[in-house]
Amino acid sequence: MTALPEPSRKKLGLVIDLDTCVGCHACAVACKEWNAGGIAGPLTDENPYGKEPFGVWFNRVHSYEVEPLAESAQPAMTVHFPRSCLHCETPACVTVCPTGASYKRAEDGIVLVDEDKCIGCKLCSWACPYGAREYSAVEGVMKKCTLCVDRIYNEHLDEIERQPACVQACPTRARHFGDLGDPESKVSRLVAERGGRDLLPELGYKPVNKYLPPRPRRGATASAPVDATRAVERLDSSALPPVLRWLDRVLSR
Amino acid sequence: MNPAFSVIFFTVLSGAGYGLTLWWAAIFAWSLLAPAPYPPPLWWIGPTVEALAISLVLITVGLSSSVLHLGKPRRAWRAFSQWRTSWLSREGVFSLLVYAGVALLGVAAVVDDADKTIGSNMAVISIALIMACSIATVVCTAMIYASLKPVPAWRHPLVLPVYLVFALHTGGWTAVALFDVADEPASARLIAIGICCLATGMLAAMKLAYWRAIDRIEPPTRESATALEGIGKVTVFERPHTEANYLTREMGFVLARKHSRKLRVIALLLFAGVPLLALALAWMLPVASVVALWIAAISALFGAFVERWLFFAEAKHMVMLYY
Repeated sequence: MTALPEPSRKKLGLVIDLDTCVGCHACAVACKEWNAGGIAGPLTDENPYGKEPFGVWFNRVHSYEVEPLAESAQPAMTVHFPRSCLHCETPACVTVCPTGASYKRAEDGIVLVDEDKCIGCKLCSWACPYGAREYSAVEGVMKKCTLCVDRIYNEHLDEIERQPACVQACPTRARHFGDLGDPESKVSRLVAERGGRDLLPELGYKPVNKYLPPRPRRGATASAPVDATRAVERLDSSALPPVLRWLDRVLSR
Repeated sequence: MNPAFSVIFFTVLSGAGYGLTLWWAAIFAWSLLAPAPYPPPLWWIGPTVEALAISLVLITVGLSSSVLHLGKPRRAWRAFSQWRTSWLSREGVFSLLVYAGVALLGVAAVVDDADKTIGSNMAVISIALIMACSIATVVCTAMIYASLKPVPAWRHPLVLPVYLVFALHTGGWTAVALFDVADEPASARLIAIGICCLATGMLAAMKLAYWRAIDRIEPPTRESATALEGIGKVTVFERPHTEANYLTREMGFVLARKHSRKLRVIALLLFAGVPLLALALAWMLPVASVVALWIAAISALFGAFVERWLFFAEAKHMVMLYY
């Protein structure tokens, strides 16, 4: 049924730290690797080694330049931004589905696609402002992040591995997995501590996943660059002994 | 949004089909209720049957084209199940009910041979069903788009009335052309033409207002989309992948906005200008009226195609904030 279930107590999701993400794409690659063979597989790539490869990814890492506001003393930043399904509390992608293929799990809030019921009308992808859903023309059905539902409950895996592939792969621990419905959980405390945010909150889809904004940079001032004085210093190389003059020439290259 | 031809084909053709159905049903109901010069059995002869046949063809071609848009057309029957939440599903259900109404009318015709009272009562019920479900189908089609928050241009309050009036407009001009061929009484023709002109004027006004409004939409910011509001101005440094993906192909369509002004003028000329001119020509040159009115009908349909293409192609999807 595409009608949404009663809000679950348990809300599994991710917390993504934009402060520590270095944009290495390990999450995206690990996700692709696991899900190509998991319940969401195959994640077909069309023309994978050709000129214009085209395929389904559940995770895409964007990079942005952030020009600080005029009144702030912060430097400009590059922010890496991993984008994946936010497992919203009121997801429109589920309610627009005409077949019941899209659904939100009552027990933990994970949003999934039953690929055996999907007719590939693509309406759910239109209903998602976050670009979480990608259609596979090869399979003719819609694909999306499963929050690695086939890992997190998988008793064949060691307990430490029962987390989404993207979280496990992250080398800077910028991704955290947990129950955001429990205010005492590690992830909920992290969100409270760091002021975790929703994406496009004005649309009212109530994303479960939260993003931690970059921390303010230490010692940043709005004054002129430190290097300004050093640039003024001039060196008269002709006055130097030949060895040092040669060294200066080499180092100046 | 990527203007998928199958969907444009569907919304324009089936819209015209449902519009024509409505006109046909209105004329039919009138012929049933008004005694002369239309005795009840008349519905089996003349233009009403032709009009119904043409509208069913339009609807069926449109629906088939929308089914071909699916990745898994053979599972299309599943789309009738989620009418509680999904406008797409509701659209499917109502479109089937229109066929059911037509079938009921066929039964009414058979019954009518044996018992006139039961026959005409059944006919009235089936006409009511056909009319109600035709309107409901077009409303559902419009609501599929009007309910999508990530596409601000489709949230505009004029989207629903424009879909409805376009159905009446394209169907109406087809009906006027059909009924002129059949040489209906002058008064009926005048009423039909009057309503058509009214619909044309309304459409032109509504589309102009809509285009003005969507040019002034302020969508959410990239800062809000990336949780960086209040931190700084966000510009794209690198896209996630060097190649296009499903999202950039489906939601990132730029061509239409580049040429939007010209295309809007073309649409307006085709769906409003040409039909009105052709009508004036038909008025002045009764000999050429059949040709002129068919030109009006076909031009209205082409205008609807351009308008619908623009409706999709001009609309910006919020996911492109990330790109």
